[in-house]
Amino acid sequence: MVPPAQETAGWYGPFGGRFVSETLIPALDELTVATKEISSTDAFKAELRALLADYVGRPTPLTEASRLAREIDPAKKTIHRLFLKREDLCHTGAHKINNALGQVLLASKMGKTRIIAETGAGQHGVATATACALFGLPCEVYMGAEDVKRQAPNVGRMRLLGAKVIPVESGSRTLKDAMNEALRDWVTNVATTHYCIGSAAGPHPYPELVARFQSVIGDEARAQILERTGRLPDAAIACIGGGSNAIGLFRGFVSAASVKLFGVEAAGHGIETGMHAATLTAGRVGVLHGSKSYVLCDDGGQIQEAHSISAGLDYPGVGPEHAWLKTSGRARYLSATDDEALAAAALVTRTEGILPALETSHPFAKIGAIATEVARSIGRPATIVLCLSGRGDKDLETFLGRLLSPVAEGSK
Amino acid sequence: MGRIEDAFARRAAEGKKTLVTYLCIGDPDGDASIDLALACAEEGADILELGCPFSDPSADGLAIARASQRALRRGGGLEETLRVAHAIRERSDVPIVLFGYYNPLFVRGEEDAARVVASAGIDALLVVDLPVDESMPLRTAAANRGLGLVPLVAPTTRPERVVQLGTLAESFPVPFIYYVSMTGVTGGAGGEDVLATAGAEAGRVRDATKRPTVVGFGIDSGARARIAAKDADGVVVGSEIVRRIERGTTSTERLTSVRELVRELRAAV
Repeated sequence: MVPPAQETAGWYGPFGGRFVSETLIPALDELTVATKEISSTDAFKAELRALLADYVGRPTPLTEASRLAREIDPAKKTIHRLFLKREDLCHTGAHKINNALGQVLLASKMGKTRIIAETGAGQHGVATATACALFGLPCEVYMGAEDVKRQAPNVGRMRLLGAKVIPVESGSRTLKDAMNEALRDWVTNVATTHYCIGSAAGPHPYPELVARFQSVIGDEARAQILERTGRLPDAAIACIGGGSNAIGLFRGFVSAASVKLFGVEAAGHGIETGMHAATLTAGRVGVLHGSKSYVLCDDGGQIQEAHSISAGLDYPGVGPEHAWLKTSGRARYLSATDDEALAAAALVTRTEGILPALETSHPFAKIGAIATEVARSIGRPATIVLCLSGRGDKDLETFLGRLLSPVAEGSK
Repeated sequence: MGRIEDAFARRAAEGKKTLVTYLCIGDPDGDASIDLALACAEEGADILELGCPFSDPSADGLAIARASQRALRRGGGLEETLRVAHAIRERSDVPIVLFGYYNPLFVRGEEDAARVVASAGIDALLVVDLPVDESMPLRTAAANRGLGLVPLVAPTTRPERVVQLGTLAESFPVPFIYYVSMTGVTGGAGGEDVLATAGAEAGRVRDATKRPTVVGFGIDSGARARIAAKDADGVVVGSEIVRRIERGTTSTERLTSVRELVRELRAAV
């Protein structure tokens, strides 16, 4: 009667599933049905496509980063061409809007009258608040009290957009606790409320739903690079927190075995210090926030706090499809420290005139290592696509504090 | 018959309802939890739910979430919960249900978790974030050790899932079913109409599954317990016990306050 879990939808190999309160199961069923019957229709796709074009500004450009490529590989031995998929140019400044608009449009078609979301850095919160303003729906965003302090400008933006920001004081007062609190709200108001999850994580159908809304990144990138170079790239690279921009990029290339996929996690102060957010690199298989995937937890199964200079990567879980891509060997996952990410951000800004978000600075830090590995494997310099998932304006305070010496000193 | 089945049968024979009490183990400390659990049993609790604290208790309200954090900060968790269960079992034959979240059991490995849980003298498991669809690995491992796995039914649960539970209970030990009185987390106060409806629904779940069904969530007094229990087989009280422990400043104060509540509940159902 109960089919073996692995044969039901919502599994990526042994990862995924629905590990939530019984109360939420019917809501997840309802969302699963809506995913099939509403968001898969041509009418819905056309409506979303129009919004993405006219409101978000899609397609986003594919920018060739020649100066950065030469800076990393002056001898032209490992990098042939380097392209950046410019999600930083989306309205609201990051890829998060692709998913938020899709989910809020779907929720409005499902007759939901209230939207809730969790947010870490605030990018998903801003994106959801934006979509709700556009659709005239009330929006409440749960945000760890620690992050409310760290990301004050985004808190202000959400409030200007009409959203209510609710600081979460429980646990470590960061993203994972905001997600707990959003789940508590959803289980209480499940009849009227849609929970707009921001990453390709959570219980089925969220990982698939988010991946589909973000797959516009990979679909566009694939078409653009074919047009520009006449062939598929040798590698595709993205940062991994929960993994939504990465899964969006990977979806465009995963079926082509010649394209190597790389995710870059946050190594924080260094994996060996224990102060990191490198769930796939240093975590273990566990169950958190509704799905079975990799988690950071101790031997007793208690979830540990993640650490990263980037609030968007500061999460002790990861989407289940990434766990499967790792286990199956289809994708490789590396990590970059806080310091490596900062140095990469400085380099990208100076060579390309683009200030990347701290999240995106992590994959930038690993281009050299990845290019070396790929070039060795294919026997020629590699063509690489990197998902520039967001712009760094929100991180200005961190950059100013860590990358610039004080003006008074410098101007002498 | 197991201890849990006996407990239900005994109360049913008396024309009374089964009282289930919850404690967050390790709050304020493990030894205090042992004393509090035995006190609950002495005052007439029929089944003890021992809550294994978890770092991310997303199905629980603030009272239990705070208690879990206090317990974890001083080193609590699955190990301590098992130690407490073992100590209770050495001194009492009261049925014990381990109440918690999946990850501590999953990380331990289902087989090994079932082994240590059974050898601590625990009778059944209730895992709030393990709906029946995902429960087969743990359910099978538990059954092999003679442990039941208690399913939850919520107001949102569709009738076909309840029927599914009845079928499941024919092949696996399902000592009772936990009916969640309202959509929400633990710790709220249930309205009289909500609790009466929940009790009636629990009765229907019992009729459909042939398993005893208790009502939990929102029951914090004898009066509310009586309303919820009327058409059900019993009630679960958790957050109010946890709040009384939180408010108490000495172990005597905590024990007295918890005993008073359990006595009131016992008299009501």
